[in-house]
Parts: sequence; structure tokens; C-alpha cells
Amino acid sequence: MAVLRLKFTKNERDKLAQVLWILNWISVLTGILLFSLGLFLKVEINKRGELMAERDIQYVPNMLIAVGLIACAINFLGGKICYDCVDTNKFLRWKLIMLPYIICTFFFTFCVLVGALMCYSMRGELEESLNLGLTEAIRFYKDTDTPGRCFLKRTVDMLQMEFHCCGNNGYKDWFQIQWISNRYLDMSQKEVVDRLRSNVEGKYLMSGVPFSCCNLNSPRPCIQQHVTNNSAHFNYEHQTEALNLWMRGCREALLEYYTHIMQSIGLTVLLTWLFEVMDACLSVLTGVRYLQTSLENVLRQGDLNSESDGWLLENSFMETARTNLNIIKCLGKGNQIDTANNGDPNINVPSTSKAHYGPDNVPLKEIPEAS
Amino acid sequence: MPFMPVKFNLQKRVKLAQGLWMIYWLSVIVGILLFSLGIFFKIELRKRSEMMDNNESHLVPNLLILVGLLACGVNAFGGKVCHDSLDPIKFAKWKPMLKPFLLLCCGFNALLLLTALLCFLMQFAVYLTLAEGLKNSIKFYKDTDTPGRCFMKRTLDLTQIEFRCCGNNNFRDWFEVQWISNRYLDMSNDLVKDRVLSNVEGKYLMDSVPFSCCNPGSPRPCIQHHLTNNSAHYDYDHRIEELNIWTRGCREALFSYFSSMMTSIGVLIIATIILESVDMAGLKYLTTALETMEDPENPECESDGWLLEKGVKETFGDLLAKLKTLGKTNQVVEGGDSVSIL
Repeated sequence: MAVLRLKFTKNERDKLAQVLWILNWISVLTGILLFSLGLFLKVEINKRGELMAERDIQYVPNMLIAVGLIACAINFLGGKICYDCVDTNKFLRWKLIMLPYIICTFFFTFCVLVGALMCYSMRGELEESLNLGLTEAIRFYKDTDTPGRCFLKRTVDMLQMEFHCCGNNGYKDWFQIQWISNRYLDMSQKEVVDRLRSNVEGKYLMSGVPFSCCNLNSPRPCIQQHVTNNSAHFNYEHQTEALNLWMRGCREALLEYYTHIMQSIGLTVLLTWLFEVMDACLSVLTGVRYLQTSLENVLRQGDLNSESDGWLLENSFMETARTNLNIIKCLGKGNQIDTANNGDPNINVPSTSKAHYGPDNVPLKEIPEAS
Repeated sequence: MPFMPVKFNLQKRVKLAQGLWMIYWLSVIVGILLFSLGIFFKIELRKRSEMMDNNESHLVPNLLILVGLLACGVNAFGGKVCHDSLDPIKFAKWKPMLKPFLLLCCGFNALLLLTALLCFLMQFAVYLTLAEGLKNSIKFYKDTDTPGRCFMKRTLDLTQIEFRCCGNNNFRDWFEVQWISNRYLDMSNDLVKDRVLSNVEGKYLMDSVPFSCCNPGSPRPCIQHHLTNNSAHYDYDHRIEELNIWTRGCREALFSYFSSMMTSIGVLIIATIILESVDMAGLKYLTTALETMEDPENPECESDGWLLEKGVKETFGDLLAKLKTLGKTNQVVEGGDSVSIL
């Protein structure tokens, strides 16, 4: 007794193949979507590569890109198979690949799920990477004459202006490093020399910030120098002044930005995974299995335009499991001499396809099945 | 003698109808593109209207939106006619509307031409509006406590950062205005008092610029104050220093942005005019080919198609004669059969 047997006319077979073909092409589009999301994330990470240390976070966009490409390939192959299924001659070519293809699709949907979960796990490493990277960037801000760091100043300035942030944790980070190069300091001046001598490492430290920390929304022209000295400016109190400079740290700003991107990508990938699972399990596997069995039956009957039966499993679950176990047992027995049938191991193997003997229209004899 | 006649058999007619249908749908897409460009242009003008004294003319974007919508409608109708043209029953419905439709297309082409001309000519108006508007913006930079001008400082700072420019013509425009509000000046300080008294209008002028003029690409931290005083900074010569602040004026920067936008829209409109003319010619050929079929029941017969029924000169002569008779309908005709109105 076959599992879920259905009758298929030629038209219905064609329609089934076409519906599967369309579904596969939609899946190709979702594969392209995954690929472009991975590419977008890679570009965004590389844009600020100078500000991040330790590139261990590249595995997430790489995984997304790989998964997207594999999705396209698998679904394209599936589409081709369904397209060819309509023509029984071409179907013969694909007969052998059908089962491995179905297994591959299952494995691949699992990969998509892993990709989605990785998006959410990236946050911790990203924060660490940004922390180290930004500290270094602020330290090397003044080194515009050192090859390899010439544009770090520009990058940090553009970052602070674009993300409305200042320093690593806050604007006070700028007070702890020398961000004016010695080339622009007049060493003959007493003030400058005093300041250099005032700390152990001989750095020119001051309570000033670069211009890119200035807040656009401030009603007053920006106060960059002597930020903590209330008497240096008229009507100014740095403890209550919140609009003069950007208050947020750049690490927090960048982390929020990337978390937002990753959450959106993660959500999209999860939705794609759900679609793939639905597509793979319900439609492709069932449909392809029906198509496969119904076409096999057509070939058995020899008449291409006839109705044929399609099913999920030829016998019931129990019988199929039993026959498969027997096949595995016989594989194990391959090297032993089997004296029961004159040493011929093929006699005991139950065949699931009936051989076609003699002219058409002759009813087939049932071959007794040995179990 | 028809103008540019072409012989059509069934296959040619079918091909013409199909090709024309695709071109009409391409024109619909171009119409949608024009509509969205109009909206984009309108939004850009609104965004920067503070720089132009809220005085800018929205004629071009409004016209673009109108033209885009009209293009969609006209071309969709044309596509429908083409789709139905090979079925004689359906086509008979559309036949009486075709002549007015072609006249409408001609009028629409004229409107497109006018829009393209405006795109190119209105750039002068934009330039003048920008010059005036920026001058006022710089003057009102400090008035962050005056209602209606609270955000002028923010807008001007954002514009200078985004367009990489400083001042109206160049950075020296900032030297001529007081851009620090009196609220933040310590009037009891002697230096401040001297500076305020040093000019006729009592303005606190200085050779400094706001922070938004700073160039992030400069290797040295930004020098904003005492720009023309070489001795105030170490190793600084203001005559040769080019990387410190932006040297371009905002009027030039904003104008080149709007000008390139309007020029590309103008070029797109000219391409649309050419596309519409091709549409009209194709439709004329198709309708004349369908009308001149000797045997309407037999789709296989041959027919002629043309652009104009008579030659160009004769068609114009006919048109002029028609216009003249339109003018004469109310006049009394001597010896004629028409009733004279007293």
C-alpha cells in the first residue's frame, strides 16, 4: 500500500512541474537577496576597517555571501530539473541526481539558519574590536606624516561629524593624548615647553578637542579650547553645558549602528530560512517526489500521455524500512559466500521496479517478492 | 501623394503592434521616472529653502510632476490601443478617439519642450536666489534666539560641511559680519569694547570663521581664528595655506549641484520628446495600416500605412484653411445659404 498515492494526468504533471519551477526561481531571488545583504555588510565593515582592530568579524559576511551563492546554485539546479521534468526524455538524465539534490537542499537550509544566528552573535566581538581600534585611532590622530596613517585624522574627523560623537567613551579621551603634532608646536615658546615637561611622557596635553567634536545644534559658536575652564569663556559652565560638543562616545555610536544593521539582516535571513524550509519540505520534496514516482510509472507503462500514479513511498513506512534494512544487510554480506541460492547474491534482493517484458498492452506478471 | 508610405502585410502589422506596445510601456516607465525626479527636485529645493530666503520658485518641479503624470496617462492609453488594435471589434471602439488623441500627443510634446527650455533657463533664477539668500543666511547666523531664524546656524553649518564650502563667495564673507551673538560677548572686557567701537556699525568683527568651514583633510588641526595673522600661529602662511579651511564659496557649490541636476533632467526630457515622437509616428502608421485594409474580414490582406495623408505642404495648407474658416463662422456670407444674424 503506497503512502499518499495520487493520480496524475499529463496536464497535471506539467502543471506541477511548472509550479515547482516558479517556486525555485523565487528561491533563486531570495538567494540573490542573501548574497547582496552579505556584500552590503562586508562593504560597511571594510569602510571603517581603519577603526577596527582584529578582523575576526569577517566570517559573518563571508558566510552570508557563501550561503547566498549556494542558494542561487541549488535553486537554479532545481529550477532546471523541474523545467526538464516536463519532457520525459530529459527527465531520464536527472533521475539519478534527484535524491542527492533533495538531501543537499535539507543540509543547505540548515546552513541558512546558522547564518542567521551568527548575525546576532557578532556583537560582543565587534564591541571589543571597536574599543581597541578607536583607542589606537585617537592616539595616531596627529601622525598625518607617517605613511599608513596619513588619513587617520580625516577618517576620525569624518566619523565624529557623521555619527555625532566625540572620542572613544566621551570627549575627555582627547584630554589624555597629544593630538597636535610636534611639527605645529613652537618649541621655542615657554608655555609649550612647560606643558611638555608637565607630564611624565612628555606629551603636549590640553583640555581641548578637535573641531569635529563640535555640536551643530549649539546656539553658541563652538568652544573647543579650554573646555573645562569656566572662566576662560563668558557665560559658560562646562558641567551643565550639553549642547556645545557631542556628548556620545564613538564606540557606542558605531556599535548601535552596526547592531541595527545586523538585526535587520538577521531578521531578513530568518524569514528567508522560513521560506526555504516551507519551500523545500512542502513543495519541492513532495512535488519532486510525486513527479519522480509518477514519471517512473509512466516509463514503466510505456505510454507518455497516460495517467499515472504518484506517491511518497511505494510501500507503507514499515515495509520500506524493512526492505531498506535488508538492502543494508545484504551490503554487509557482500563478501560472504551465500550457499542458499547457489552463491548468487542478486536473487534475494527484492526489486522495487518491475521489468517490462514483451509487447505493449500485455498485462504485467507479478514477480514474487522475497522478503 | 501620402507622406512616407510603407506597405504592410499581416506579419508586419502584428510586429508593429507588438513593438509599439512595448515602446508605449517603456514610455510609461519614463513618465514615472519624470514624476519621481520632479518630486526629488521639489524635496531638494525645500531642504535648502532657508539658504534661498524661502524665495525659490517651484515652477520647474511642479511642471515636472504634472508632465510625468500626463505621460503615464497618455502612454498607458496608447498602449491599450495598440494591444486592442489587432482585434477589429475592440479596435472599432477606439477608432473615433484616435484623431483627438494624436492632437493631444502633439500638445503634450509642446509642453515637454517648454519644460525642457525652463529647466535650462531657470538656472539663472536659481543662481540669483542663492546669492541673495546666502548673504542673508550669513547675516542671521548669530540670531539663534530669534523666532523663525533659530535653526539658521544649524542649516548653514550643515550646508558648509555637506557641500565643503565656506561663506558666500569665499571665507572672507565671514570677516564682514558679526557671527557671534552679543549674548556670548563679555561687554565689560576692554578688548571686546575696542573691537565693537572700531567700526561704524558697532559690530564685533574678527578674522575668524565658524568650525564648519574646517577641512578635515588638513594634516594640521584646524586654524579658525586670526586667519590672516601669520604670527599668531607657528609655521603658518595664510597666503599659501589651502588645506586648512574650504576655499570654495557656498554659492558656487550649491549652484553647481542644482545646475547639474537641472541639466540632466532637461536632457532626459529631450529624450522623452524623441520617444514620444516615435510613439506618435508608430501609432499613425498602425492606424492608417488598419484603416486601409481592402477587406476587413480577411486579416491576411495587404495595406498601406503613412504619416500624413497628403504631402507636408498640402497638409499645412489644409490646416491653415481650416483655421481661417473657424474664424469666419460668425460672419455673414453674401449670397450664401447661411442665415445672417442681425
